[in-house]
Amino acid sequence: MKKYWAFFRMRFINGLQYRAAAWAGVVTQFVWGFMELFLFDAFYRADPSAFPMDQQALASYIWLQQAFFAMFTSWQWENELFDSIASGNVAYELCRPVSIYNMWFTRSVARRLSRAALRCLPVLLVASLLPTPYGMGLPDGPEAFAGFLISMVLGLLLVSAFSMLVYMSAFYTISSQGIRIVATNLMDFLCGAIIPLPFLPDAAQGILALLPFASMNNAPFRIYGGDIGGMEMAYTIGLQVFWTVVLVAVGKWMEQRVKQKIVVQGG
Amino acid sequence: MGVCRDGAENRLEEWGKLKMIQVEHLTKTFRVAKRRAGFRSAFRALWSRQYEEIRALDDISFTIRDGEMVGYMGPNGAGKSSTIKVLSGILTPEGGTCRVNGRIPWKERKEHVKHIGVVFGQRSQLWWDVPVMDSFFLLKDIYSVPDAVFRETCTELTELLSLEEILKTPARQLSLGQRMRCEIAASLLHRPDILFLDEPTIGLDAVSKLAVREFIKKLNHEHKTTVILTTHDMQDIEALASRIILIGKGRVLMDGTLSDVRACAKDAGASLDEMAAALYRAYEV
Repeated sequence: MKKYWAFFRMRFINGLQYRAAAWAGVVTQFVWGFMELFLFDAFYRADPSAFPMDQQALASYIWLQQAFFAMFTSWQWENELFDSIASGNVAYELCRPVSIYNMWFTRSVARRLSRAALRCLPVLLVASLLPTPYGMGLPDGPEAFAGFLISMVLGLLLVSAFSMLVYMSAFYTISSQGIRIVATNLMDFLCGAIIPLPFLPDAAQGILALLPFASMNNAPFRIYGGDIGGMEMAYTIGLQVFWTVVLVAVGKWMEQRVKQKIVVQGG
Repeated sequence: MGVCRDGAENRLEEWGKLKMIQVEHLTKTFRVAKRRAGFRSAFRALWSRQYEEIRALDDISFTIRDGEMVGYMGPNGAGKSSTIKVLSGILTPEGGTCRVNGRIPWKERKEHVKHIGVVFGQRSQLWWDVPVMDSFFLLKDIYSVPDAVFRETCTELTELLSLEEILKTPARQLSLGQRMRCEIAASLLHRPDILFLDEPTIGLDAVSKLAVREFIKKLNHEHKTTVILTTHDMQDIEALASRIILIGKGRVLMDGTLSDVRACAKDAGASLDEMAAALYRAYEV
């Protein structure tokens, strides 16, 4: 365990090095946040009865999404991993007494956490100062807050488990760009990063809610504002656990297969 | 009779212990997509692709004993790196067996790699953006090296490879020679029994080359580390290898010493490189 902790620390420190990128990220997050707020505000004014979420819950959703953007966004790929597979540098990682899967999983979690750590505070701070219903609201009770925290952790693990599938696939395809683009777009749309899932057609929602993508950022952000509560919250968290276990299992299976037939590029 | 056989078996076992690396009939093939250059061939390859099987390793066998320093020599594409990758547990071969320290590398990868160190001269294991020492600390944890042992090893390596000044520098700002010295140190922090060096002197200037060679010699002498070295630099071979295994087209062609290589060159005044070239020509590789 200590190995992975050391690895986590290393990646985390590495992630904290890029201050300028973090500030640029914060600015982008505000621009996006306000843009979405105005957009959804226009919808709300047009027909409040057709609005599928509480307006305050939506505002919290948007600000949480901006604050923890780096944690859940699909395109936080560890490009070094893709490069190392394509160039054969992965050889060094393969001759360490650790599991590749665990090591890269740790790395993915650390990267997302370190990036989010730098960006979330300013966004949360400013958003909480905005007037209701546009600012970041308080959680919908202590139960919702507890559920939110648990769900955040699970969401982070699940996003990393999903990324691992993409990393592992790079061993087969050499250039992972195609898979990366497909995965990024699928995830962005299906996890509610572009439009919150409640705004999608009812028929689609039934299916989307079951997919692993709905268990990523959609789950904790909606639990926070009370959009998902009570038994539904327990069910949502259960589904998150289920998908995390399944995706980790698939990833580990891929790791075993990859080891058998790996080709390390270059002499 | 029984006693006698037991004695023989014991001796056999003892001898077996001395055999650090035992490779038998190793084979590995790669499938390489091939096509002619140009637009039409590129277009055609979209539908039907032609593959060629390359036998990177073709029935390789050899034994290396504890504490030996072996030069693994051969022209480009002979299968040197592939052998190193198999021995270090990265590649799974199709056929044949191999035991390193009694373990099959690709089957017991995690246990196996604790006892080996690998330097790939063309790659880097140091974290690019942080000081070298941070990478060392990470490796310490990855290999679970105890504090006291780590301190001692680190001090020794720092002194022998003159790392004092450069350990605080981020890896990206090191010169190639400085970086290579750090890479070698990084591979030895967990005190491996065997060190695989895949072209450790590539691109180094004369001073760095000499320093690296001197260090490897000392390491082998003082810690009895088994060293397997692949290189194209004949002077590396001359300076380090007490034994040479020559491979070409995936086969072992010769297993001997530098004087065997010399014997191949007709011209007595030939340089080392000329001798190697004569050798490759003689074996048609």
